[in-house]
Amino acid sequence: MTVKEIFETMEYGPAPESAGTALEWIAGFGGRFGHFIDGAFTKPAKGFDSRNPATGEVLAKISQASAKDVATATKAARAAQPGWAGLGGHGRARHLYALARALQKHSRLFSVLETLDNGKPIRESRDIDIPLAQRHFYYHAGMAQLMEAELPDRQALGVCGQIIPWNFPLLMLAWKVAPALAMGNTVVLKPAEYTSLTALLFADICAQVGLPKGVVNIVTGDGAVGEMIVDAEVDKIAFTGSTSVGRKIREATAGLGKALTLELGGKSPYIVFDDADLDSAVEGLVDAIWFNQGQVCCAGSRLLVHEPVSERFFAKLRARMDKLRIGDPLDKAIDVGAVVDPVQLEAITRMVKANTAGKTHVAATPMPVEGCYYPPTLITGLHTSDTLMQEEIFGPVLVATTFRTPDEAVALANNTRYGLAATLWTENVNLALDVAPKLAAGVIWVNATNLFDAAAGFGGVRESGFGREGGWEGLQAYMRPKGIRKALKSPTAFEGNGGPVDAVNRTAKLYVGGKQVRPDSGYSRNVWGKSGALLGAVGLANRKDVRNAVEAAHAAKGWAKMTGHARAQVLYFIAENLAARADEFAARLNGLQGTRNGKAEVDTAISRLFTYAAWADKLDGAAKGVPMRGVALAMREPVGVIGALCPDEAPLLGLISLMAPAIAMGNRVILCASQTFPLAATDFIQVLETSDVPGGVVNILTGDHSDVAGTLAAHMDVDAVWSFAGANLSTEIEHGAAGNLKRTWMNDGFATDWSKAEGRAFLDAATEIKTIWVPYGE
Amino acid sequence: MLISKTETHLPQVTEPRNPGMALDLDWVRNVQANTSAIERRCKTLPGRRSVKKIHQAAWLCRAVSLIDLTTLSGDDTAGRVRRLCAKARQPVRVDLLDQLGLADLKVGAVCVYHEMIAPAVAALQGTGIPVAAVSTGFPAGLSPFHLRLKEVEESVTAGAAEIDIVISRRHVLEGRWQALYDEMQQMRAASGDAHVKAILATGELGTLRNVARASVVCMMAGADFIKTSTGKESVNATLPVSLTMIRAIRDYHERTGYRVGYKPAGGISKAKDALTYLALMKDELGDRWLRPDLFRFGASSLLGDIERQLEHYVTGAYSASYRHPMG
Repeated sequence: MTVKEIFETMEYGPAPESAGTALEWIAGFGGRFGHFIDGAFTKPAKGFDSRNPATGEVLAKISQASAKDVATATKAARAAQPGWAGLGGHGRARHLYALARALQKHSRLFSVLETLDNGKPIRESRDIDIPLAQRHFYYHAGMAQLMEAELPDRQALGVCGQIIPWNFPLLMLAWKVAPALAMGNTVVLKPAEYTSLTALLFADICAQVGLPKGVVNIVTGDGAVGEMIVDAEVDKIAFTGSTSVGRKIREATAGLGKALTLELGGKSPYIVFDDADLDSAVEGLVDAIWFNQGQVCCAGSRLLVHEPVSERFFAKLRARMDKLRIGDPLDKAIDVGAVVDPVQLEAITRMVKANTAGKTHVAATPMPVEGCYYPPTLITGLHTSDTLMQEEIFGPVLVATTFRTPDEAVALANNTRYGLAATLWTENVNLALDVAPKLAAGVIWVNATNLFDAAAGFGGVRESGFGREGGWEGLQAYMRPKGIRKALKSPTAFEGNGGPVDAVNRTAKLYVGGKQVRPDSGYSRNVWGKSGALLGAVGLANRKDVRNAVEAAHAAKGWAKMTGHARAQVLYFIAENLAARADEFAARLNGLQGTRNGKAEVDTAISRLFTYAAWADKLDGAAKGVPMRGVALAMREPVGVIGALCPDEAPLLGLISLMAPAIAMGNRVILCASQTFPLAATDFIQVLETSDVPGGVVNILTGDHSDVAGTLAAHMDVDAVWSFAGANLSTEIEHGAAGNLKRTWMNDGFATDWSKAEGRAFLDAATEIKTIWVPYGE
Repeated sequence: MLISKTETHLPQVTEPRNPGMALDLDWVRNVQANTSAIERRCKTLPGRRSVKKIHQAAWLCRAVSLIDLTTLSGDDTAGRVRRLCAKARQPVRVDLLDQLGLADLKVGAVCVYHEMIAPAVAALQGTGIPVAAVSTGFPAGLSPFHLRLKEVEESVTAGAAEIDIVISRRHVLEGRWQALYDEMQQMRAASGDAHVKAILATGELGTLRNVARASVVCMMAGADFIKTSTGKESVNATLPVSLTMIRAIRDYHERTGYRVGYKPAGGISKAKDALTYLALMKDELGDRWLRPDLFRFGASSLLGDIERQLEHYVTGAYSASYRHPMG
């Protein structure tokens, strides 16, 4: 081609980034990699090829870790952990700072290697992935520095097993490793088998900057190695990947007491209102669904357009799609690169082929002849019942429908099992700030999409998983309260054969939806005092009572919308009415437990109600200092409907210690009263009835915890289960919780000092942080 | 004069002129421009498009062909303008153009004040390069309206094939869209066959939303081109302003079928900037907008940087400005 010809055609031409230095780095290892364990690379072992998806060429041979490798790595991490934590915040900060600097110094090498291995355009690895990874290490160097001053009662969890996906290989490593190291943990990390190379380069860097041996261990391999890490002697598992694998990990770790965070799939809505800047919203979709070939867990993959502008919007979108440039990921002027592997390409192709609904537009743009590519695709006119509107495609395929009103937009957006992210476009600040909190998602972008920063929490709700990455909230996943936990010794129920103490026969009932109801089972159980007197009888709740209570709790959703001040008034009123009957409750507690601590327990319970009445309007969110003109708001939202198994020790105080923080934050609760001493809870129903608590906000069941725990845990419409039951039910509950990936908070058989059990830990469990990004400027 | 005008009149033109349309206030009021989203698009654009080697050379030659080589100084003289016109005819050294195979490369137009039209027209006789005149009380546009129209007519009579008019910024700032429309329409009428570039003076319009609305109103009133700036405002052409205006052009084309041209002016002085602008036009509007009848750079120092880059392409060595004839 001559200058004169190009002068006429004005084509872009190739602009390739050189792969030379990255290939030299691979060659420096002889093209074969072992694992990085205890500060050194192991001898390369039997394994698999890592290929460049753009060409199919083999880049390197990667070792498949054996159970012994995982055990050695875990042992190295365990041995290194006390020393690493013992370095202190400043000592760790220096290392994290060195890692950040090293990532920056070798940024082009990381970028090119990432693109070679993953197929993403070099622009993305160079301008987004690698800079964000650096930012994560800088940010968490700061967190290490501040830990002792700002988090004085917290300590590291220990050894963290981390399993990351192939879509953002180095960035996901940074998200996992940086906060773990900052808080004094050591890690065993497994990159995805398609994309191990930048993790291995990172390991090389760790050795170069003098990170102590064993602090970072990297083992490579497929899902089987991931399972080994889950089963290994680790204190925590952090996983990013598919919902189905996340569910398996939840089941595998059930009851083991390992901390767990899961960042899973999504089918995130992208809502365009009729007053939006349509051209900018179209451009936003390029960054939403054609970023990284759509292989993004939070990709705006479900387009919802306001009917008045839908045809115009779709026309603009099709025109924009036809301008996308697809091809060699190392070309600096490419918009869409290669899909990570032929297996993924096949999966995308299969899903789209199976769809016959709607109208499909495939970008009219030249496609590479060879390599692993899928064309940008838009399918309009789909409905919620179409498979592609519900299932994650994880490819450059956008599905779309239309809506009539903001309420309908919210309803359509929330009609999904997922809840990772959502995007909305409108020039109306009232509409934006009204809709954002209503969307069931952990991250909301207003007039923007796919914005990320280390200071802003990222993570989902529903089946998109739990836990946050980034910000102060992200640190929660890598630390625990200081101190040694004691085993729980739960009191046993008294036996007896004495006569009733009540002058007139009383019937303690269940409390569901604001009404006292008889148990569905029609069975009751006697409750005896220490001396053998018959104190009363309580109903035995079964699965139907759980079902009814959950329905009642959902019907009371208005509670979440009440102001904190109004909820505080209700909590104070409960305290007031409990205080008026303090003597009666003290006597009841003494009678039930055969002790003399009743008055103290009632007093503490009243104080606890005051504590959460105080907190109801004070658990503030935050405006995060993200590097842009705009704010990232961290809003505290109630978790939803919480089922709580109350402790046997402190039968009144324990129940109130769980109920009060939950309802103060706007949740509705199903409380399963102390199994051993249930009558304080049934007496408390009358206090609730006289305290303006809306029906359904608090529901109380009695009976055997083991009869209801499984139903609660498996219930798809329960958002969290807390267990402080006398029996350790963690395994059953966490296994059941895998169904909808609900949050769990288990005592794991350890004791709680209820006289002191209040504050942040309870409020954190009762809330979820939603990050709302609002760029601004006119 | 009429005959010479048709000779020099935009030889490249193949588009029907934008006839304008009735003022559609619903459209104007519904125009949206989200500043932060527009800025993000512009910030990432240079990283998304890269033009290298032979393609870069060709693109830079294309940029030369789109330049409105401009002098708008109080001390302009006929001699100064003749030197500029000589540069317009031979914008890049002969030996370099021979190597590039584009011996006939010329700039898009020469842009001067009214008094300099005559020497410019004379100096460009037979080249096909049109003379553009800034008009209507440039740069502030605050002289009596009838005199502004008269100025347009006289400039056309003097041989200007293109008239760069300035709009009354106050009409935009006061939201008086009908007044802006009427003003623009009369200026277009006064220009006759000469093409009209409407200078919005975007640096003085306050917001991108105003820029977008003013763009739409001027196109409705029959502007052939919309242009960012006089070069005299403190902020001239920027990428966000450009993106806003070219999206308005795209919208106008989608709805009416007529193509309106775009001219960023002031502040574009580097070859790399020119490439970014070309990529922006190519991606947002399409290749059709990479021709002189629909795209111009209003620039004076840009050419010098492009000449150095072209010499670098030809020789492989970085160049120096004194190796290229000044304009």
